Amino acid sequence: MSDHRTVLSLRGATKRFGGLIAVNNLDFDVAEHEVLGLIGPNGSGKSTTLNLISGALTVSGGTISLNSQIISTLPAQQITRRGVARTFQLVRLLPSMTVFENVMAGAVFGHRRRWGHEAEAHVMRMLELVGLDRRAHAHPSELTYIDTKRVELARVLVGDPKVLLLDEWLAGLNPTELEEGISLVRKLRDDGRTIVLVEHVMDAIRSLCDRCVVMSSGVKIAEGATDAVLNDPEVIRAYLGEDDA
Amino acid sequence: MGILITGLLLGGTYALIAMGLNLQYGMSRIMNLANGEMLVAGGFAAFWFWTAGNVSPLLTIFLLAPVAFFVNWLIYVVILRPLVKRAKSRGQLEVDAILTTFGLSFVAVGLMLATFGGDYFSYQYLLKPVELLYDTYSLNRLVAFLAAVVICGALYLWLNHSRAGMSTRAIAVAPDSARLVGINVPRLSALAFALGGAVTAVGGALISTFLTLDASTGVIFTLKALIIVIMGGVGDVRGTIVAALMLGILETFVARVIDPGLTLAAAYLLFILILLFRPQGLFGRKQT
Amino acid sequence: MNKSTYSDVLIGVVLLALAACLPWVVGDFAVTLAVNIAMFTVLATSWALFSGPTHYISLATAAFFGLGTYTAGIGLDYLPFWVLIPLAGVFGAVMAGLIGLATLRLSGVYFVIFTLGLAEMTRQVITYIQNATGQKGILISIWFMETTFYWMLVGLAAVIFLVGWLIGRSRLGFALRIIGDDEDVARHSGINTALSKVLLFMIPGAVAAMTGAMMAPRYGYIEPLIAFTPMLSFQVVIMALLGGTGRLWGPIVGVIPFSILWELISASFPNQTTLLLGLCFLAIVYLLPNGFVGLLLKIRARVSQGEGF
Repeated sequence: MSDHRTVLSLRGATKRFGGLIAVNNLDFDVAEHEVLGLIGPNGSGKSTTLNLISGALTVSGGTISLNSQIISTLPAQQITRRGVARTFQLVRLLPSMTVFENVMAGAVFGHRRRWGHEAEAHVMRMLELVGLDRRAHAHPSELTYIDTKRVELARVLVGDPKVLLLDEWLAGLNPTELEEGISLVRKLRDDGRTIVLVEHVMDAIRSLCDRCVVMSSGVKIAEGATDAVLNDPEVIRAYLGEDDA
Repeated sequence: MGILITGLLLGGTYALIAMGLNLQYGMSRIMNLANGEMLVAGGFAAFWFWTAGNVSPLLTIFLLAPVAFFVNWLIYVVILRPLVKRAKSRGQLEVDAILTTFGLSFVAVGLMLATFGGDYFSYQYLLKPVELLYDTYSLNRLVAFLAAVVICGALYLWLNHSRAGMSTRAIAVAPDSARLVGINVPRLSALAFALGGAVTAVGGALISTFLTLDASTGVIFTLKALIIVIMGGVGDVRGTIVAALMLGILETFVARVIDPGLTLAAAYLLFILILLFRPQGLFGRKQT
Repeated sequence: MNKSTYSDVLIGVVLLALAACLPWVVGDFAVTLAVNIAMFTVLATSWALFSGPTHYISLATAAFFGLGTYTAGIGLDYLPFWVLIPLAGVFGAVMAGLIGLATLRLSGVYFVIFTLGLAEMTRQVITYIQNATGQKGILISIWFMETTFYWMLVGLAAVIFLVGWLIGRSRLGFALRIIGDDEDVARHSGINTALSKVLLFMIPGAVAAMTGAMMAPRYGYIEPLIAFTPMLSFQVVIMALLGGTGRLWGPIVGVIPFSILWELISASFPNQTTLLLGLCFLAIVYLLPNGFVGLLLKIRARVSQGEGF
């Protein structure tokens, strides 16, 4: 694991909203092919961190690099072109287009840009991967919640991103759907994808992530192997402390 | 120096007009392109009362404000609220509001043409010179300015210190959160829109004391009000006032030193500069 | 993406050929009306190419048109007419590019406001320049028959339909549909939204300018109020929205009835045109938000649902 090269790197990443410091001097690396869990209690700054990486927000300080090239100064569309893809907490599908066209959007403009027959074939392959190949011509309004999530996942995968950011992708699923979701992410891991997983569902973290970074109030409080981190007294205190409040 | 003070006087009155639009766009989220026509209508009313009954515009205002309030309230509830309900996104609401108020502005111009004809109208009111700081100014501009100051001041106090006013500001900043806190968003939106319309009409009455208006000049005032609101930062009262004063001074400067026909171009230049370098306006928040 | 097929192209070609034959079949008055219809078809279709997918309402048509008219008026002393048309197109594209760069990064409201006053402001500037230089209006010395104007416009319309068709099948067209649906998703998918919008906006800019240049000899005498008719922008918007911007053939479906209606109304109620224009805007927003195209698509969907599948 340590001889895999670093794909994503945060050095001193900071985000200030007026007087509030949402992310404070964050350092961590993501290695190729690893699934990194980014966890912490509510309001710890996990989603803000993803927003900084994907370019939805600009850093107030520090740098974020992709394959040793700084991306924190680039606009979101260029960061996506360089190879960072993300899902949103609230699934956003393009309302006027079919499932197929939604995924096509990622194929045409994503990191690996394709067009024509090559793109269409790749889109079908992605739809097969997420299990939606038979519903390629359905409309977003006709889909179940987990199916809309699958579409979004296909849309971000089809561009062959270098890093995949999943922002609470497993939230809001019933137990059956959750199992399906976890096995889908496991399939991605087995395919060798590099993933940063922001989650509250601990089962998913335990079964999918080898390493975790724990944040609390914008600061990293722990980093390391999942089991070790989840048994770390400070981590437990951070979560329980939040329960007290 | 004369330019500065004349500009300030003009700007003060502009501030009142822009405040009306600020209430409508900033608080009710309706980009009211018919704003200028409401202004002209206010001016017409003042003109009519003065020429027909020698009633001072300053008195006409007291009748005009509630009538304009009611009319605008009706417009919001009958014509605009269905759009708010129908819109699936904020962007679509903006487009619908723009097209609708655009249509309304034409209807208003058409009605005014039919009622008052297409001639320019102006009247002599308080056309007495006043000595101030070694220069002569027209009393009507001064009075209009003072009235505008009083009204703007009252609005500022209301928005910042009264419950209704602060609730109105809340719906501008965070409409969804406002609803959660128990603020009646639909009712306050209608209130803000109606108030904005009343303020604009009053501003029109004041402006008519020293400017010549006609049925078709509404659009230019709409443009200027829009430029001021955007320049000052949407929803921000201080910003609107500062921007209005700046525009007033710039216009007066251009009119005196370069050419009176280029005032709109000058306002536009200012607008372009703002859009290029600070689109959120002087006091606005940056959109993430 | 592939919203039209090659059979649609064939239909389009046939219709255009038929349209071109029109002057041989009808009388002079009809040809004059046909010129107006053709002109508005060109303007409305190119308008819809941009404002349709992006939902940015452009009121700048009159400004570009005037730019083209003046290019022809001033340029006729130096260049042949046939060079001036594409030259006007270039000027229009450049002006559109500049406006786009300044305003399209921001939300649609800024764009609408800016374009609202653009024609008025340009007119003021030109009036000022004319007063300063002492030159009143420009006399155009060349003259064409109505049928020539008609064919020029049909030719330009053919080009626009072709361009629109190509864009619809291109990456740019796809990008714009995505932007129109959800601009944030578009950005996160890797689309340079600002650039796409600016590039597309140059099309109606260039086309309107070329149309203005083409129409200059028809006016004969150019002065600011003639070249920059404010009504033009509003009429184009109404016609395009009436027909519907969802399809390439949408605007023309709005142009034809509206042009005829407008002729009738301006003849019978010349003083109420502004009022009626306003009522049309309101009627469209409330009754036909997606134009005739939207209505047609809704009926078709309901019919196919009724037939069952």
